[in-house]
Amino acid sequence: MKSSLIKSTVIFLGLFFLYFPILVLIFYSFNENKRVMVWKGFSLRWYNELINNEQIIEAFIISIKIAALSATFATILGVMIGYSLVRIRKIPFKSFYIFLSSTPLVLPELILGLSMLLFFISLNNVIGFPSSRGQLTIFISHVTFCIAFVAIIIQARLTDFNKNIEEAAMDLGYNYTKVLYQITLPIILPSIIAGWLLAFTISLDDLVVASFTTGPGANTLPIVVFSKVRLGLSPEVNALSAILMFALIIIGLFYFYFNKKFKH
Amino acid sequence: MKNKLFEKYFVFSPYFWLVLFFFIPLAIIFKISISVSEWGMPPYQNIFLFDNGFKINTTFENYLYIFSDYYYIGSFINSLILALISTFFCLLIGFPLAFYIATSNIRLRNILLVLVVIPFWSSFLLRVYAWKIILQNNGILNVILLNLGITSEPLQLLYNQYAVIMGIVYTYLPLMILPLYGYLNKFDLNLIEASKDLGLNRFKTFFKVILPLSIPGIIAGSLLVFIPVVGEFIIPEMLGGSDRLYYGKILWEEFFINRNWPGASALAFSGIIILVLPIVIFQILYSRWSQKNEI
Repeated sequence: MKSSLIKSTVIFLGLFFLYFPILVLIFYSFNENKRVMVWKGFSLRWYNELINNEQIIEAFIISIKIAALSATFATILGVMIGYSLVRIRKIPFKSFYIFLSSTPLVLPELILGLSMLLFFISLNNVIGFPSSRGQLTIFISHVTFCIAFVAIIIQARLTDFNKNIEEAAMDLGYNYTKVLYQITLPIILPSIIAGWLLAFTISLDDLVVASFTTGPGANTLPIVVFSKVRLGLSPEVNALSAILMFALIIIGLFYFYFNKKFKH
Repeated sequence: MKNKLFEKYFVFSPYFWLVLFFFIPLAIIFKISISVSEWGMPPYQNIFLFDNGFKINTTFENYLYIFSDYYYIGSFINSLILALISTFFCLLIGFPLAFYIATSNIRLRNILLVLVVIPFWSSFLLRVYAWKIILQNNGILNVILLNLGITSEPLQLLYNQYAVIMGIVYTYLPLMILPLYGYLNKFDLNLIEASKDLGLNRFKTFFKVILPLSIPGIIAGSLLVFIPVVGEFIIPEMLGGSDRLYYGKILWEEFFINRNWPGASALAFSGIIILVLPIVIFQILYSRWSQKNEI
């Protein structure tokens, strides 16, 4: 009796801690007052100003575009890595392969961003490309560090996967490619979707790497938001937060739905 | 019949991408970190000179420079301490949560787990921003403190190292809970009953049974929090003040403000060697080991 009370209290306090700041943010987004902290009354004023703010809308479109493209590339390459690590025995310099595919998970973003920027500058000095940084360079950087997250999901899924199905199909005369495209990939499809959603969110949310690799015409949403709230508060960002949190939480729920790992 | 070409395609496409866009950039950081700095664009000299025959032009000056100046070392130490404190608080909050989630019934467990991780899916930047609102001079926390009569005037809660710790613990907590939960979930609850039957009290059960068995989870969670926090830039920038300088900040300034590319590269490369390399080596050894044991 006593221990179940402690248990409920701990869980309640923990969840309160996790959700309280988000609720505060949403609450203040409905504040009429331009001074964020002084409550003047309920209003949708800042939502209205938000959808008429061209800078934010433009940044939002750029971010979605980069996120969708880099998630797609990262998913294709990440699936290849996950598959290779679990199913293909002969990988040249396997330790190096594992190093390349797992280090981006633990490397501080700042170091990754710096290395990408210096790489693009050096590349430009050598081959004259990319002559300026922008959406393309952000895209390349995002693919690079999202690959690892997809790979780890696919690797986990394929490790659980019952190999007998693949072997049975081979016995029935399916060739290697056919087994992959008609058996393996369809079965792990939910994990592939989960990987894509994760990569999409990571790219959409990234500020540090994008700040290093951005250029003219490539201000992503986090870059614009950061420039607005670095030194103070912004009522428009409050409204944006509420919308974005809601959208991202929905994406998160889809992720859980697709990522079978959490189902049992 | 195995299709060799097909296997090659699968292994080498990502291999090519990662060597080109991940390994070479890291190599370039190393290259610039051992280059001689100079005024100009780019602000360093080539490491290979060809004017009067071939000459290698490298230096360890940049490393000596950052390792002999307390400005850099001190910031790095500040970051390590920050990461240590934050990891500790994440563990302090995360452990009981993970433990109670793992010991709930299956239905509730899945719901709670999703509830814990969902905030992690919402924007990182905005979750830090939320604390900026909460900790304002006329923010919610100060209003509560004033109304309870704990203080007579608003406290300066923002722009100091405590606000930074708060923000970090908040944003990184799910990263601690997930691996902890992963290990506690596999844990046989009967062991707790057994230890109680054998006469151990709660305190002893915790320290002799539960804690030792969750060490792998604690290590995994702590690493997931500790390493990125050392390189954290956004949270100190948003919530911190001028009372403490951190590694991320000086790396950023060394590059963008002092325009000392070799110095910044040396800082970054030292970070890789000190923080990341030990983990990566451990991981590779572990995955080779577990694969061997599987075969």
